Amino acid sequence: MSEVIKTDVLIIGAGPVGLFAVFELGLLDIKAHLVDILDKVGGQCAELYPEKPIYDIPGLPIVTGQALTEALMQQIHPFKPTFHLGEMVTTLEKTGEAHFSVATDAGKVFEAKCVVIAAGGGSFQPKRPPIQGIEAYEAKSVHYAVRKIDALRDKRLLIVGGGDSALDWTLNLQPVAKRLTLVHRRDEFRGAPDSVNKMRALVATGGMDLKIGQVTALEGADGQLAAVTIKGNDGSSTRTEIDAMLPFFGLTMKLGPVANWGLKLEDELIPVDTAAFETNVPGLFAIGDINTYPGKLKLILSGFHEAALMAQKAYHYVYPDKRLVFQYTTSSTSLQKKLGVA
Amino acid sequence: MSLPKITYIEHDGTVRTVEAEIGATVMETALRNDISSIVAECGGGCSCATCLVHVDEAWTAVVGPPSAEEDDMLDGAFEVKPNSRLSCQIKVTDELDGLIVRTPAYQGR
Repeated sequence: MSEVIKTDVLIIGAGPVGLFAVFELGLLDIKAHLVDILDKVGGQCAELYPEKPIYDIPGLPIVTGQALTEALMQQIHPFKPTFHLGEMVTTLEKTGEAHFSVATDAGKVFEAKCVVIAAGGGSFQPKRPPIQGIEAYEAKSVHYAVRKIDALRDKRLLIVGGGDSALDWTLNLQPVAKRLTLVHRRDEFRGAPDSVNKMRALVATGGMDLKIGQVTALEGADGQLAAVTIKGNDGSSTRTEIDAMLPFFGLTMKLGPVANWGLKLEDELIPVDTAAFETNVPGLFAIGDINTYPGKLKLILSGFHEAALMAQKAYHYVYPDKRLVFQYTTSSTSLQKKLGVA
Repeated sequence: MSLPKITYIEHDGTVRTVEAEIGATVMETALRNDISSIVAECGGGCSCATCLVHVDEAWTAVVGPPSAEEDDMLDGAFEVKPNSRLSCQIKVTDELDGLIVRTPAYQGR
């Protein structure tokens, strides 16, 4: 096991609210590490609607998800947060007064005085196609991500999807696969034009197969796929023998391991008090879309407010012997020094 | 003039006919009426493909086809048919009074 990473606060989720929490904590001299299952910061803003305008951020009449993420990264830069991206927090345990032990699926272990769950709609996980019996193959021969290319070498592979993930893996795996078949519901691809051209060239020269339609049935035994049935848009049905299938239908939000942390939940949301947005476990906070309280609105601006109040309470866990004096960034030289502007 | 009515036929056979506001989307109308088979994870941004509906054959011409952007998003949906649309991209108009849509069993989550 790797060395334990010690931090004042561990923030689970690096969406807009998790990012702003770094700012509010930083003003109070509280250091933070952030863990996010996505390989980038910004959460839903970056994953679901990077190019879509948001109209209800105070003071920003119009801003895209990506631009808001970038602005928040700039705003929290003085506080030098540490990011652990592409990792999912799997276990969380309160191990003492102001003492939490948290582990990720990448094997990292954190020791934090407080934990802030800013996990939005939960963790982004690959969409599972609704094909009868698919769960039984997931451990062995249905893969939603490629961990080791070598594990797929000399196999008959079936990739499903029409976006960049499907195309990128088609191009990367075609040279090592025994035979590669790409299945997509239509003969148009939204992925990068260059990738589409390369894929089409491979099809034209017989290097791979492209089938237009949808996978409707799986055959196999003991977790090992043997063949799939592909229903063409023309109503035809073909059977293709394969060793592994890789579906790329994008991501969906699932509550995930949060459900196992001993928290009281209401409709997959975490109830909190509205004084500090603390859960039923002292020192464990929940802010942003994942929490619930009377009057809750799932707005980014609500999450920002929640982050500010959370930080005030977190201060007392991190610095139990100190008194917190409330200050404004406009007038406090001490805060301005922290921000690097004084 | 009375409000347009939309009928949602859910996968389990539940049929609900509700009044819709002009200018609201078929997705928003579903959420306001607790049609739970519409998930709408992204809140109506044509970004998640979890508000899929199959438009009744009698209505496909009136509703029209998906835009190129919506067609791209449909790649992330399941059991997509020629009459499939994302309900967040269908705005309610007077012409849609009587619209019938069917919702799938599974929206990807």
